[in-house]
Amino acid sequence: MQKSLHIDPVKCTGCRQCEMACSYENYGTFNISKSRIRIFDFEHTGRKVPYTCTQCAEAWCLHACPVEAIKIDTNTGAKVVIEDVCVGCKVCTIACPFGTVNYMADLGKVQKCDLCGGEPACAEACPTGAITYIDADWTGLDKMRQWAEKTGNQASA
Amino acid sequence: MAWTRKYLRINLTAGTVKVENLNMQWANDYLGQRGLATKYFVEEVDPKIDPLSPDNKMIFTTGPLTGTMASTGGRYSVVTKGPLTGAIACSNSGGYFGAELKFAGWDMIIVEGKSPKPVYLSIADDKVEIKDAAHLWGKTVWQTEEIIKKTHQDPLVRVSSIGRAGENGVLYACIVNDLHRAAGRSGVGTVMGSKNLKAIAVRGTKGVGNIRDPKAFMKVTYEKKKVLADNAVTGQGLPTYGTQVLMNVINEIGALPTRNHRDVQFESASKISAEAMHEKRPDGKSHLVTNQACFGCTIACGRISKLDEKHFTVKNNPQYWGASGGLEYEAAWALGAANGVGDLEALQYVNMLCNEDGFDPISFGATVGAAMELYELGLIKQEDIGFDAPFGSAEALVKMGEMTARGEGFGKLLGLGSKRLCDKYGRGDLSMSVKGQEFPAYDSRGIQGIGLAYATSNRGACHLRGYTVASEVLGIPVKTDPLTTDGKPELVKAFQDATSVFDSSGVCVFTTFAWTLADLQPQLAAALEGDWSMDKLNLMGERIWNMERQFNNAAGFTGKDDNLPPRLTTEPAKTGPAKGLVNGLATMLPEYYRIRGWDTEGRPTAETTKRLGL
Repeated sequence: MQKSLHIDPVKCTGCRQCEMACSYENYGTFNISKSRIRIFDFEHTGRKVPYTCTQCAEAWCLHACPVEAIKIDTNTGAKVVIEDVCVGCKVCTIACPFGTVNYMADLGKVQKCDLCGGEPACAEACPTGAITYIDADWTGLDKMRQWAEKTGNQASA
Repeated sequence: MAWTRKYLRINLTAGTVKVENLNMQWANDYLGQRGLATKYFVEEVDPKIDPLSPDNKMIFTTGPLTGTMASTGGRYSVVTKGPLTGAIACSNSGGYFGAELKFAGWDMIIVEGKSPKPVYLSIADDKVEIKDAAHLWGKTVWQTEEIIKKTHQDPLVRVSSIGRAGENGVLYACIVNDLHRAAGRSGVGTVMGSKNLKAIAVRGTKGVGNIRDPKAFMKVTYEKKKVLADNAVTGQGLPTYGTQVLMNVINEIGALPTRNHRDVQFESASKISAEAMHEKRPDGKSHLVTNQACFGCTIACGRISKLDEKHFTVKNNPQYWGASGGLEYEAAWALGAANGVGDLEALQYVNMLCNEDGFDPISFGATVGAAMELYELGLIKQEDIGFDAPFGSAEALVKMGEMTARGEGFGKLLGLGSKRLCDKYGRGDLSMSVKGQEFPAYDSRGIQGIGLAYATSNRGACHLRGYTVASEVLGIPVKTDPLTTDGKPELVKAFQDATSVFDSSGVCVFTTFAWTLADLQPQLAAALEGDWSMDKLNLMGERIWNMERQFNNAAGFTGKDDNLPPRLTTEPAKTGPAKGLVNGLATMLPEYYRIRGWDTEGRPTAETTKRLGL
């Protein structure tokens, strides 16, 4: 079974535990400016939305890379940047429709979510279940269950 | 180590920026944030100075756990001499600013002198500049943050600033960061205004990387997050209802100060409670939109609300229709019960004014309560202020809020706080304050120990210096009887000392609903080099408390200032479980001095200062 990160923004409190966990996992420091997952605050509505790479099946970043520095991790399905190969040309950052591949000037490479090899640190750190790592084919299961419950509780016309 | 070991010294008179190394001996003895910054402050500042003169300094300071994965590790404090009290001031704030300052590589910022013109401080990692703020002066906190983000072309910059209240000399002005988190009490924002410093903008990309034992730190912080999640208060009560979970509880035990402490129960408490914030209004929506966490916080007690667009306060003001911070319990009480106002929408509107222009809703609300009592006594007249202002008038509260935010008319007097207001009308006894700072939301006739905590708090009346309510009402860590004075001196001392350590670490004092020092200790020990035993932390808490006390004594405070207004010690509570009781401060205070190792005037003895290494 392949898994994917699933985000439920309604549950996000904006605490940044995910961003710290991501930077710690990848760089050994608590540094949210290096996080591959970001929380966006929409102050006017009170919404807080975590956002990161969704690991497209046909990944634009992978196809755009001129040096084949982005590979598929066959275990997780993650599109992973091979740092030694990446030349920092940033073409993938242009190709990605969602902005989730980003350049790091200090390293001269790009970075993106690699699902931490199958144990995403962000999901582990999230205190509210806003970020979970679940069956990729059934990310809608919880929502379906909620609606099923609502529907099942309605008296028939 | 989790300290960056570097801090900034900004001299606004000379316009200079210096980088200095942290005194690691002091860090070892005072930890960080409140303790360490106060150590720097008392070493550098004459206690007798005028708080609003250039001689005063202000220190923005993080703790060693700020910017780490320790839950709630995002706090910063501002230490200065407070203009409302003339005592040491230390105001603590959450949001995201503190962690960003740490990520930029700085443990503290010491601000000295006074700029000849309005300026703001811009910090982007090592690039630190004092910039012109002519275009920001006269602007609100919310406008200031927006303008700085635009001019820096950086949506990720974090801003801490003062609004018009801080510029206009409101003596309880806050410093507000991230729109609605504040270093709220004692007038730290007034000091910032007196220095012509409008804001500090920070962007940090260095992170915190020097944890002593990262693996042990990750393990223990995860364990302690679970303790918070499994606790009924931090895992359920606070995330669901926020601090407002207390409104009905405190009202029921007869300790909700009402109408300037004339009463101890408020007949409309349920209308301004957490439960009311969840209920559907006539417009079909509930007041509460969502909860919100500060940086690193796994509790998420913060409230985000939206006003009823048809309410009289905002029907012609669409700029207040968006989601915004509030109400927290203290603000709901001070703006509501303290004035007898039971209109939730009006309270949240005035709370938004407090955030927008940076003034403390506790001191402001309590000052309105005093003004309403003076009005009912006929001492303040309608022609003096231009409107009718009896207890319970939401319209009067709103007008007073707008006038104080803008520094207009009667608002200028309200901005001086209840003590100066009541003194002006010859009724200083009606100011519900200690050392000039107004009480928060617990009546000390119904919760005896908190009266002693208020009277002896080093920054004037405050619940956050020794929250005995946890024990006396909630049974944390053990239940004590709120109606007796027995054992309260020991309880107050224990809370004051432990809180001093929490306030110096970088985590939020709200963790102490679930954590004791024994939960904080292993997190510090994993993060920091050296000895961080319980014995050391206990002694450190006491050391910090006595250091603050010594500063106040040298500033001119004496045992006589460890006092409560006569209303609380001579007028019995009229209703509820505490009916017939006054606060027994006179019973508790001598015992408190004794166990503190202070003389009968409240001065630490030579033996005590020696024992604490002061």
